Amino acid sequence: MLSVIRTLWHVFLHLFSKRVTVQYPDERRPLPPRWRGRIILSRDPDGQERCVACHLCSIACPVGCIALQATQDEHGRRYPEFFRINFSRCIFCGFCEEACPTYAIQLTPDYEMSEYKRPNMVYEKEDLTINGQGKYHGYNFYRVAGLAINGKDKGEAENERPPVDVRSLMP
Amino acid sequence: MSETIRYIIIIVGLLAVLLTVAGGLTWIERRLLGLWQERYGPNRVGPFGLLQVVADMIKLFTKEDWIPPFADKTVFVLAPAVIIITTLMSFTVITFAPGIVVADLNIGLLFLLGMSSMSVYSIALAGWSSNNKYSLLGSMRAMGQMISYEVFMGLSLMGVVMLAGSFNLGDIVKSQKGMWFCVPQILGLIIFFIAGLAETRRIPFDLPEAENELVAGYHTEYSGMKFAMFFLGEYIGIILISALMVTMFFGGWLGPWLPPLMWFIVKTCMVIAFFILIRGSLPRPRYDQLMALGWKLMLPLALLNLVVTGAIVLARR
Repeated sequence: MLSVIRTLWHVFLHLFSKRVTVQYPDERRPLPPRWRGRIILSRDPDGQERCVACHLCSIACPVGCIALQATQDEHGRRYPEFFRINFSRCIFCGFCEEACPTYAIQLTPDYEMSEYKRPNMVYEKEDLTINGQGKYHGYNFYRVAGLAINGKDKGEAENERPPVDVRSLMP
Repeated sequence: MSETIRYIIIIVGLLAVLLTVAGGLTWIERRLLGLWQERYGPNRVGPFGLLQVVADMIKLFTKEDWIPPFADKTVFVLAPAVIIITTLMSFTVITFAPGIVVADLNIGLLFLLGMSSMSVYSIALAGWSSNNKYSLLGSMRAMGQMISYEVFMGLSLMGVVMLAGSFNLGDIVKSQKGMWFCVPQILGLIIFFIAGLAETRRIPFDLPEAENELVAGYHTEYSGMKFAMFFLGEYIGIILISALMVTMFFGGWLGPWLPPLMWFIVKTCMVIAFFILIRGSLPRPRYDQLMALGWKLMLPLALLNLVVTGAIVLARR
């Protein structure tokens, strides 16, 4: 009997304690910068697309929601002809971001992407690509990779030694 | 003639107020429960979420009013009406303030207890006509619970009747001028409150509808407005028990400064809030525990209360 009264009193005291509810549209919880939300495609410091259409993200994707088609421009740079993410399938696991060798695909702290029609959940490249570098600044894949493209030969990348001339290699 | 018009005004006003308050109670209850669980409760629709009631009403009115093909149709439709009628009938004898009463019966309390017992029929019929095992189990539990708790619900009030020397609710309130009966009849108050919880099938004793065992108990098969009527009946029942408790133990309309009707409303609201607080804090007992509490503890206590009160009244004379 006493415990019942004690319970009632303690429950009543909760009237004056702080609410745990976050009244969502009016107040929002601060999201950490590594929050796994809406996926974007970033650009390198020169404003070019970072994506080299290696398909690693679409292979890593456990639900198979990423589709892309690789192509090349006149400089020999690979880029995706189309890049499509079906967000109605995406589970925001972040594996694509981990798989990406060029920091192109990134997850952002944004989750408000509801739509009335399901086809609107499919994002094309122009919807995904942002006009910036995202979370990783100053990284340009072609500037550090030993891949030859027009205007940059082998050995001309940053921190890269010129390729060894095998014919001059003497024992 | 003016008497008749006065009664009609009281009846219409009572009906309007009761049905509105019963609807509003759904909001108040969810809001208060929320506050006691460190939440806010419904607060988005309209100011303080008050229009939630309207939204719920629209939803319930537009819902399909489905009668299961296997149900006994006439009884199925009749059952929710019975609970509303019986609980509303009980309000006819409650004296809200001097003069504000529909029927000033000299056996008002007996009429009220009888009417509230009649609501068992509603639940029994609902469970039977639904032709559903959960409904039947729920209504069986409800019948057992309500009939056993009615016994000492009436007995717990007899102490007050002895002290007041009347079954008329107005006279009972008037005889509390010196001291509210909650002081000499504290045991009766506690027993009556527990019985009231069981009678209205509120949470510590909500075994008839125990969501986690019986789907929804006796109103499993009900939807739309028929379901809403059961709900309304339950809330009107809470108001009834609270009003009765205020009349019997807390001096009804008596009180300083405020007009009598205001006092009655304020006290009733306090008791209703306590009902909700109980819902927010206490768990549900097992069915055998419920029965043991009723017959082995509450009934002897009520009888003891009756005997002691009777002896004191006799000795005083």
